[in-house]
Amino acid sequence: MSHVASMHGAVEPAESPLTPESWGKLGMWIFLAGDAVGFGTLLAGYGAMRATSGDWPSPMEVLGINLTAVMTFLLICSSVTMVKALEWLGRGDRTRARVLLFLTALGGAIFVSLQAYEWTHLIHRGLHINGNPWGASLFGTSFFLVTGFHGLHVTGGVIYLLAMMRVVKRRPVPAASYNAVEIAGLYWHFVDLVWIMVFTFMYLL
Amino acid sequence: MATAEHKHPNYMAIFWWLAVLTVLEILIVLPWFRPENKLVVGVLLCALALGKAAIVAMYFMHLRFEARTLGLIAVTPLVIATLLVFVLLPDGFAVVKKTVGVKAATTEPVKH
Repeated sequence: MSHVASMHGAVEPAESPLTPESWGKLGMWIFLAGDAVGFGTLLAGYGAMRATSGDWPSPMEVLGINLTAVMTFLLICSSVTMVKALEWLGRGDRTRARVLLFLTALGGAIFVSLQAYEWTHLIHRGLHINGNPWGASLFGTSFFLVTGFHGLHVTGGVIYLLAMMRVVKRRPVPAASYNAVEIAGLYWHFVDLVWIMVFTFMYLL
Repeated sequence: MATAEHKHPNYMAIFWWLAVLTVLEILIVLPWFRPENKLVVGVLLCALALGKAAIVAMYFMHLRFEARTLGLIAVTPLVIATLLVFVLLPDGFAVVKKTVGVKAATTEPVKH
């Protein structure tokens, strides 16, 4: 170990200034802020394209909201199971926490499956990334880009949650995995938060 | 590293709030409820979406129990995205104007 590296522990403050319980949590918040800028840019670009387009199709008529309303409800439910998992972990009940983490991941997996079904259905009706029968071709481009980017986040989240189930099982005591699960929860709730925005701006408005 | 456990609010109450706000959003866009004025629909939907996002961030992400500076980190992307819309709009309208101008010029009869 170099001299600088050995000194690092002495110069670095022991506690993160904003999240005293862990540096990882601060790291996740900063990552999420960066990711939110990414989603914000996509949605802002969508808004600007739509506002300045003369033949933007009506999303309600093309996309429909029955299935996506169910998907929205599913993500809200999975956010509840996520916070409940953390709550039970805090009480020391590892088994219940793992079951709730599994249910959260299952909610995410069903969400992605429904999205795949929706995409297939829309593609068969003629909505493509480079054009569609209803109007501006950028409608399909922006739809697949934004919902696809979000779907990738959900897929990543499902893998992350399954990994957390393993972490909870392996750590010697429930409290040892509390921070890790809380950080995973931040990511999962962010995915839910982004969907709230996507649902409003891309389906309802 | 310390393990600080958060105060856990009543998550089921928060779930019901989110569910009710989602139902309200859907009601607003249904043909028999939808207000005539598009601006009113837009403002209502944006307000409901921001309200739901705030509930998720405050209670599920525990922002309400965190340092205020962390809240600033969380709000910054929203400010950037909002500004970005206003930055992009003039450019978008300029393209529309130019396209309309070109279309008008090409459809005008040629004078000899």
